[in-house]
Amino acid sequence: MTQVTLNVNGSAQALELEPDMPLLYALRNHLGLNGAKYGCGLGQCGACTVIVDDKPVFSCVTPCAGLEGKQVRTVESLGSAEQPGPLQQAFIDKQAAQCGYCIAGMLMRAQALLEHNPHPDEQTIREHMSVNLCRCGTHLRIIEAIGLVAAQNRSAA
Amino acid sequence: MTQASAHNPSRRAFLRGGALLMAFTLMPAARRAWADTEVDTLGTVVLAPDLPGSLRTNPYLDAWIRIGHDGITVYTGKVELGTGVKTALLQIAAERLEVAPTAITLLTADTALTPNEGYTAGSHSIFDSGTALFNAAAQVRELLMDSAGRSWGVAAALLTTAEGVIHGPSGLRMTYADAVRNVDLHLYAKSESPSMPPATFKLIGHSLQRLDIPAKVSGGPAFVQDIRLPGMLHARVIRPPRPGSTLQAFDAGSIKALPGVVEVMRDGNYLAVVARDEWQAIKAMRSGYESARWSGGQVIPEARDIHTLLEHLPSRRYPISHEGTPQAVTDGAYQARVTKQYLMHGSIGPSCAVAWFKDGTLTVWTHTQGVYPLRAGIAEMVRLPPERVRCIHAEGSGCYGHNGADDAAADAALIAMRMPGTPVRVQWMREQENLWEPYSSAMISEVRANLDARGRLQDWNYELWTTPHNERIVNAGRLLPARLLARPFTSAPSIPIAQPEGDGDRNAVPLYTLASTRIDMNFVTEMPFRTSAMRSLGAHINIFAIEACMDELANKAGIDPVALRLNHLADPRARAVVERVRDAIGWPHKRNEPGAGIGFAFARYKNIMGYCALAVRLQVHPQTGEIQIDQVVTAVDVGQIVNPDGLRNQVEGGILQSASWTLYEKVAYDAGGIRSYDWSGYPIPRFSQVPKKVDVHLLDQPGQPFLGAAEIVQGPMAAAIGNAVANATGRRWLNLPLTRSGQPA
Amino acid sequence: MNARFLASRRLWIGIAALACIGATGAAMLMWRPAIAPIERPQTFDSLHVQRGARVVEAGDCAVCHTRPGGQYLAGGLPLVTPFGTLYSTNITPDPQTGIGAWSLPAFERAMREGIARDGHFLYPAFPYVHYRRMSEGDIADAYAYLMSGPAVNSPALANHMNFPMNIRPLVSFWNLLFLHGEPLKAATEQSASWNRGRYLVDGPGHCAGCHSPLNLIGAEKSGEYLAGGSVDGWEAPSLLGMARRATPWRQDQLVRYLRAEVVEGHGTAAGPMRPVSLSIARLPVSDAQAIADYLLSLPGESSVSEVHPDRVSAGTSDLHSGALLFASACAGCHASAAPMRMIDGRPALAHTSALQSSSARNFMKTVLEGIPANPGEPGPVMPPFAASLNNDQLIALAAYLRQQAQPDKPWTDLTSTLEAIRQEAK
Repeated sequence: MTQVTLNVNGSAQALELEPDMPLLYALRNHLGLNGAKYGCGLGQCGACTVIVDDKPVFSCVTPCAGLEGKQVRTVESLGSAEQPGPLQQAFIDKQAAQCGYCIAGMLMRAQALLEHNPHPDEQTIREHMSVNLCRCGTHLRIIEAIGLVAAQNRSAA
Repeated sequence: MTQASAHNPSRRAFLRGGALLMAFTLMPAARRAWADTEVDTLGTVVLAPDLPGSLRTNPYLDAWIRIGHDGITVYTGKVELGTGVKTALLQIAAERLEVAPTAITLLTADTALTPNEGYTAGSHSIFDSGTALFNAAAQVRELLMDSAGRSWGVAAALLTTAEGVIHGPSGLRMTYADAVRNVDLHLYAKSESPSMPPATFKLIGHSLQRLDIPAKVSGGPAFVQDIRLPGMLHARVIRPPRPGSTLQAFDAGSIKALPGVVEVMRDGNYLAVVARDEWQAIKAMRSGYESARWSGGQVIPEARDIHTLLEHLPSRRYPISHEGTPQAVTDGAYQARVTKQYLMHGSIGPSCAVAWFKDGTLTVWTHTQGVYPLRAGIAEMVRLPPERVRCIHAEGSGCYGHNGADDAAADAALIAMRMPGTPVRVQWMREQENLWEPYSSAMISEVRANLDARGRLQDWNYELWTTPHNERIVNAGRLLPARLLARPFTSAPSIPIAQPEGDGDRNAVPLYTLASTRIDMNFVTEMPFRTSAMRSLGAHINIFAIEACMDELANKAGIDPVALRLNHLADPRARAVVERVRDAIGWPHKRNEPGAGIGFAFARYKNIMGYCALAVRLQVHPQTGEIQIDQVVTAVDVGQIVNPDGLRNQVEGGILQSASWTLYEKVAYDAGGIRSYDWSGYPIPRFSQVPKKVDVHLLDQPGQPFLGAAEIVQGPMAAAIGNAVANATGRRWLNLPLTRSGQPA
Repeated sequence: MNARFLASRRLWIGIAALACIGATGAAMLMWRPAIAPIERPQTFDSLHVQRGARVVEAGDCAVCHTRPGGQYLAGGLPLVTPFGTLYSTNITPDPQTGIGAWSLPAFERAMREGIARDGHFLYPAFPYVHYRRMSEGDIADAYAYLMSGPAVNSPALANHMNFPMNIRPLVSFWNLLFLHGEPLKAATEQSASWNRGRYLVDGPGHCAGCHSPLNLIGAEKSGEYLAGGSVDGWEAPSLLGMARRATPWRQDQLVRYLRAEVVEGHGTAAGPMRPVSLSIARLPVSDAQAIADYLLSLPGESSVSEVHPDRVSAGTSDLHSGALLFASACAGCHASAAPMRMIDGRPALAHTSALQSSSARNFMKTVLEGIPANPGEPGPVMPPFAASLNNDQLIALAAYLRQQAQPDKPWTDLTSTLEAIRQEAK
């Protein structure tokens, strides 16, 4: 076991972890953050997507070791069920979920896009989000939800 | 004795008869009863055949609704699979109880609490549970009003309700919680319920936002994967290389010595590891895979030979429809052989379960579609009486049918029995889900049909080959882990679901008016791969084949394909969806880019459920062969719509999923193994590949029975794609998935 | 004085005359006429077009002329060269933005001489030095295929070439020096397969374009044919002596590798070679066999890629931390009992060419960039780890895996290699 301090959703967490633990299990089992999900553990589906500094990563293949000094953000940082953030609200407004298992990963992938490009067009959204898989076929609603925030950003600009 | 129970004597007599019926289910003749539909299984006995929906199997009102000072609890034996059904059922119950949705706690399938409604499958949820609640809730409200009326000496007809309160003249009021004290809800439901004009519905027919989405977008505990119990340990299983392999050597000692490992379980060919931390369990599992030595195992066929193999394996031939007298005309007949490959459910979240054996009772939290049959299977497997096993549904990721959920629950049960007092969580790995989930059968169908001189459909010949579509938990031997034990259980014989629901033959009988039919199913009982139910069962290929044939016959005869369908559809609701799509997409105009095509399809799910017409505009790139779907237009009629947006969501999702099955998917394998062990070997469309635009037209039928929506588009979407590709290229592709390389040169 | 004056005037006239001739010559060199546009492409019979499809796959046209997420052959892929960045053009038959107005002679001139229809010089990033070796029939078939596809309106993106390479006519001087070679003639003492292989390698396949070292102005160094080069920061290994390496290539292995499969002892094509191998996979397998026959016949040692040992030992050579990183980030796919190892029999990382190479580049680039999926097709994939592993971690992992591959020849330049890679990525 080693001591690792992870900065997650703005607060420093001192954890005692197996030295080779991937971030996903630290988040779920040691910090009780259920957002990031196990979908494949192989960096293929994106259900585990979180943001490290400003980049979306597969938390299932990102070692905790080496994240010292970096900012980890999970879907919980975007808001709560009672007070959803704008992107979460857009997903709720568009009812952009069927089983919902992929959704937390989708939100973080989308969040990373919007932080770099506040008003992406549909083609850009599709290409950026292509990293994440959805098996239920909710893609069109997800695109609409992200597009909704892009439009809000455009009109706010 | 309450007034209501005066209705009961005949019911009670029937109940005694029902108990006799239960005994008979153990006899061979009665086995057909539990394969007759997809949802009724061992344990769901029809006690009151004239009651609507699941009231026929669960006729007591208090099975469905409980009212107390802590509020109103509504029970359903169905489960939320990500379809939004929980929200829809809540709307129905709230509407008929005439309370706000927030006044109700809705509990889904739990063997300790809820009615037994068999499986959440076959698009039966609103059909069965919705109908039951629609009636039960109204009857409960009526009983409460009668009770208040009796207390006040006022006729019930003068009373109204609002927000859980009964109002009488001159300001009399009584809460439901008070009114229920004088009502015994342990009462058979009646076959007629108070009516309610659909125009007055405030909830049914409205798009209430789904209850579960806010938690899912914010990381709230929402899935079985998120359950955390005090002292819970983490387990992983180690599977053989293939079914039938025998474990020769395994170094349990070195694995037990790994950090955090608490237990290494070996029982015959069954292996599992348990650790304090999930990551420790994963590492122990990896070590287990490395040290285990296996021999033998079932032969895996070569994929290129699978259809020939299916035609030669032992099978039983079932006549599905033999109507009329064939004229045996072959001139002008269209004949085709259609094939499909094995598909996997491919749930985005591999199966998971939590189990806890405490104080003699085993509790399993599971995303199974059927808690009652699962409980029976697990009880048999661990040798506990069923009443000492409790299965509680907790959501998993979308399953689309019989995936690994039940087996993972069995894993958790076995391991929990090994570790009494300790909750155990088992999570399958991606490759375990891909390799061990029951697939959807590879199939062949051969269609031959012709039009007579007047352009009327004459003889319809259809033959199909399939392995089972319903290997659900009817005994312990249907649970994969139970077959790996040192004293293994044996799977019950396979039995197809009878028509009209159908199995591989689901939707094999066209809804069109036909002069004669000769439709048969070859039910292959020896399975190269374990197969079971996946969304729409045989309807995917059957509707694909039927609609391809319709198009080809139309083209041959110079008749517009949509007109040909309309000429043979008498049902006005069927005609309505066809006409809506025809008009909405501007049939038959297609774009004039090279490779552009337009295709149409229609089906009524199982010929008794929801209606769906669908048209697709796509492009087949003339050089690369890549297929891009530009626009999908569909019209659906599912009777009274409960939640329009929920319905739309299901339809859109089904369309995208069916496009994936039809254009891309097949399990890859050869004698060396199954190659689709993760997404790299089983690609599904990504955002850049899904259709550009989907327009869903809802044809509501206020006041009509609920028909079920979840599976109505799978067949029509596949068929419309097939027809559009033929329209675009002039060549008819008949081997699914529709890739250039999969067709004959 | 008179004589000297006269002499100097003659000298000046001489110089002026020479200068005029030179300038005229240079002007002639730097100018090419336009070839008249055609009204609309003719239609071709399907046999022509099918043959052309095969030529276009062999030439990897789509690999450069399609950008990820873009339309087939509509251009827009950036090519980063030491002289600036240029963007591939639209070669669909669109009359305005593609080659829809090009006649077959115009197309052939582009392929053999690097001149566009309107007379401007094409940059030799377009490998016309190789395409000029192709047969007339193949060029005509390729033309038929290209002109038969859907026209896509996609205007060319403006290049960003550094001075003086942004002056296209100067390419004519490059051509003067380096543009030679005739269509290949068969070597009668060799088999048909060998000849086909040589044709594919030297002609449409233009392998030397990446697999030969380039000189300062981007031309293949003479005398070092296929001796190894680099592209986009990846090592394009030497193709010489492949049958006699420490881990030799067998014909069946090379054929499978060329067709994008995963091969024991060598791994799978990654980086810029991957799309090439996916193209080769679409050719008849006999073409891959021909390429393999030819390449495996080539004698010679590979040019040793230069290794610059650091003065201090590279990064952290803590093998324990490398093992932990492997367990954390890699083992799900790459451990010995992982499914792709057990079921598909894919090699251990130690038995791949990336780990066997004296350069750590390809290993590091593969880890950083991953191996993208071929959309809709099953095949090996790998996620990118650039955002999941920091430099120290990548170095530790590299050292750990190299220890398994070549324990006696550790990579000693890991820090500098990784720094160079990160620099190039900017």
